[in-house]
Amino acid sequence: MPVPILKQGDTLIASVVSALTDDDLVQLRDDLAQRIGTVRAKSVVIDVTALDVLDSFATRTLRGIAYTARLRGAETCVVGIQPEVAFAMVQLGLTMEGVSTALDLEAGLALLATKHREKK
Amino acid sequence: MNEVRVAIEREADIVLARQAGRQLAAELGFSTTDQTLIATAISEVARNIVVYATKGEIVLSRLEEGERAGIVVVAIDRGPGIDNKELALRDGYSTKNSLGLGLPGARRLMDDFVLDSEVGRGTTITMRKWRR
Repeated sequence: MPVPILKQGDTLIASVVSALTDDDLVQLRDDLAQRIGTVRAKSVVIDVTALDVLDSFATRTLRGIAYTARLRGAETCVVGIQPEVAFAMVQLGLTMEGVSTALDLEAGLALLATKHREKK
Repeated sequence: MNEVRVAIEREADIVLARQAGRQLAAELGFSTTDQTLIATAISEVARNIVVYATKGEIVLSRLEEGERAGIVVVAIDRGPGIDNKELALRDGYSTKNSLGLGLPGARRLMDDFVLDSEVGRGTTITMRKWRR
């Protein structure tokens, strides 16, 4: 099932659903890379609140999405990592190095706004 | 309920396996945090089956030792087998350009972890976690 991507100004917001397959994630990566171009997005927020597991593949793919977005001129923020998921990631040794994270959509949008102000 | 078997034949089965794992863990009274650790460990070993062996299965069962209760997760495949087990269990080692955290990571998430593998025969990973 494709992940819905909403546009808010020059920000794209993707809210993933809980039963996310590997193919869905890869599809999301491709969709976002495209949409950044068609709407000239400066920011991408990926909301993973509904994800009950973030394993090494998902983490790697999210990082790939962020790096791809950056190459196309957009900053990404991953939001909504749940407490247990965060704990499991730490135990597993996963980091979101190079990717901004924030508590939720509101915090993520604020963080991205600050980043863009600093760039100018 | 004796055991739950989840066939792993395509990547979509990874989600099924970890959902089944979470459900059994919940039934066994594991905390939500431990349910997530177990589901994540299952996700890693199930993915290894898909990536390296193409197919296999995950067998979930209840563990009982006197007063203690827990869950057993066995990941079985008849794939190529692991040549160097020590390397495979080391953080950052990958033969397929991934993060190399799957096996050592799964081991950290569970209480017991046994890797049994022979080149040409396949791999069996047995993991256990006790309910606190």
